[in-house]
Amino acid sequence: MQKQMIKTLAASAAFGLALTGMAMSTPVDDKLVIEGEEGTIELVTSTKAPEHLQEVMDTIYSGWHYREDDTRSMQMDDFDNPAMVFVDRGRDLWNAAIGKNGESCAGCHNGPESMKGLRAVTPRVDAKTGKLMTIENYVDACVTERMGLEAWGWTGDKMKDTLALISMQSRGEIVNVAIDGPAAPFWEKGKEVYYTRYGQLEMSCASCHEENQGLFIRSDHLSQGQINGFPTYRLKDAGILSAQQRFVGCVRDTRAETFKPNSDEFKALELYVASRGNGLSVEGVSVRH
Amino acid sequence: MTRQLMLVTLAAMAAATPAISEIAPTAVAYTEGKISESLTGTPGDPVAGVKVMTTNALGNCVACHVIGALPDVPFQGNIGPALDGVASRYDEAQLRGIVANSKLTFEGTFMPAFYKTDGFVRPGNAYTGKAPESELTPILTAQQIEDVVAYLVTLKE
Ligand code: HEC
Ligand code: HEC
Ligand code: HEC
Repeated sequence: MQKQMIKTLAASAAFGLALTGMAMSTPVDDKLVIEGEEGTIELVTSTKAPEHLQEVMDTIYSGWHYREDDTRSMQMDDFDNPAMVFVDRGRDLWNAAIGKNGESCAGCHNGPESMKGLRAVTPRVDAKTGKLMTIENYVDACVTERMGLEAWGWTGDKMKDTLALISMQSRGEIVNVAIDGPAAPFWEKGKEVYYTRYGQLEMSCASCHEENQGLFIRSDHLSQGQINGFPTYRLKDAGILSAQQRFVGCVRDTRAETFKPNSDEFKALELYVASRGNGLSVEGVSVRH
Repeated sequence: MTRQLMLVTLAAMAAATPAISEIAPTAVAYTEGKISESLTGTPGDPVAGVKVMTTNALGNCVACHVIGALPDVPFQGNIGPALDGVASRYDEAQLRGIVANSKLTFEGTFMPAFYKTDGFVRPGNAYTGKAPESELTPILTAQQIEDVVAYLVTLKE
C-alpha cells in the first residue's frame, strides 16, 4: 500500500516536474566566440556526453550556457573579461625572481606557453610518484621544493593567479582527463563523493547538477556543474574561484561539513567532475555570477 | 480578532490544556508517511507559516516550489510541483508528514526533511561548512512545522 502510494505520487510529481521544467529548462542556445589578442576563437561549450555518462545524459554543456546574457557576453571579449587582470598578475609573478636564490618560474620553464595543454589533462596521476596531481599540486612542488619558499595557500591569491595564467595557455583545447589505468581508483572515489547525499539537506552533486540541471532553485539556474570553465571570475565574489573552492561552497550549502581544498576527497572529486566534461573546451578563465 | 489578541487567546488555551509536550524529531510516529497528531498541541499560525516558507534561512520552500498564492515573493524555483491546491491533494496528516520528513512519502526525494536530526552523512553546523558543535537541531522547530502546515491546508483548489 505504502509502496504503491509512493509510486503514484512519484509519477504525478515527475509529470509536474516535466511541465514546470518545459518553459525554461534548456540551456541557452548560443555560441561562445571569444575576441582575444590572437584573434577570435570558438570554444566547444556543448557536445556529446562522454561514454561513462551516456546512461544519464546525452549532451554535456558548459556552465556558460546557463548564465544571463550580460554574464555570457563578458566572456566573449578578453577586454571585458575581469579575469584577465588576474592572468596578468599571474604573468608578473611568473617572471619575478621570487625564489630563495632568485629563481623564477620563467627561469626554469621559459614562457608560460610551455604549460600549454596541461589544464586539459589535469588532474592526472603522476607517473613517477603515483600521486594524483592537480595544477596546484605541481605549482606547490616547485614553490616549496625548487624555490625554497613557504607553501602558497591552496586558494590564496598567488596560487589562483598562477592557476589562471596556466589555464589560459590551454584555452580552446579539449578536456581529456584519463579515468582508467592508474587514475581508475581516484576516479571511482571521486564518483562516490559525487553521488553521496551529504549534509542535513541530504543532497549530492548529482541531486542538483544531474537530476535538476536546467531548473531554477530560487533564482539560480542550475547548470551541470562542469569545471571546464575553471578557474572562473565570479562576479558575486569579485575574484577568481578555483574548482575546489566552488565545491566547498556547494557542499556547505547542503548544511554539511565540507572537505578542505586539496583533501583527497576533493582532489578525487575534481578528477571525476573534470571527466564529466571530457569533450568540452578548456575556457581558460571564464566569467560566472 | 487581531493577531495579538489571537496569540493571547492561544496562549491561554495552551495554558489551560494539560501540558501536551512537544514531540521530539526522533519520537514522531509516522503511519505511511503521515503524522496525524500535532507536534506541539498548539494550533499553527498560517501567517508565521508563510514567513517560514519564504525565508532563506528557514524553510525556503519557494527555492523549489512555486506558490501562485504568494505572487509578491520573488524568484520562486520550479524544481518541485507548485503548491497551489495542495490541500485538495493531501489531508492535514499527510501534509504534516511531507513537511517533517518527505522521504517517507516520496522515496528518495530531493526535498529535505525539515524535522529530522539523525541519519545524515557529514552533517554540518547549519550553513557554516563546519562540523556541528553540539547535537543537531531540526531545520524547523515543531511549532514552525505546525505553522507551515496551517498555511498549506489553506491552499485548496
Ligand atoms: C628550479 C627550476 C624550477 C623552478 C624555479 C620552477 N619549476 Fe616548475 N618544474 C620544474 C621541473 C624540473 C618540473 C618537472 C617535474 C617533473 O617532471 O617531475 C616542473 C614542473 C612544473 C609543472 C608541471 C608541468 C607539467 O607539464 O607536468 C608546473 C605546473 C610548474 N612546474 C609550475 C611552476 C611554477 C608556477 C613555478 C614558479 C612559481 C615553477 N614551476 C618554478 C622546475 C622548476
Ligand atoms: C543544492 C544544490 C547544489 C548542490 C547539491 C551542489 N551544487 Fe554546485 N552549484 C549549485 C548552484 C546553484 C550553482 C550556481 C549555478 C550553476 O552553475 O549551477 C552551482 C555551481 C557549481 C559549479 C560551477 C559551474 C560553472 O560552470 O560555473 C560547479 C563546478 C559545481 N557547482 C559543482 C558541484 C559539485 C562538485 C557538487 C557536489 C559536491 C555540487 N556542485 C553540489 C547548486 C548545487
Ligand atoms: C530542494 C527542493 C525542495 C524544497 C526546499 C522543498 N521542497 Fe517540497 N518538494 C520538492 C520536490 C522535488 C517534491 C516532489 C516530490 C518528489 O520528489 O517526488 C516536493 C513535494 C512537496 C509537496 C507535495 C506536493 C504535491 O503536489 O505532490 C509538498 C506539500 C511540499 N513539497 C511542501 C514543501 C514545503 C512546505 C517546503 C518548505 C518547508 C518544501 N516543500 C521545500 C522539493 C523541495
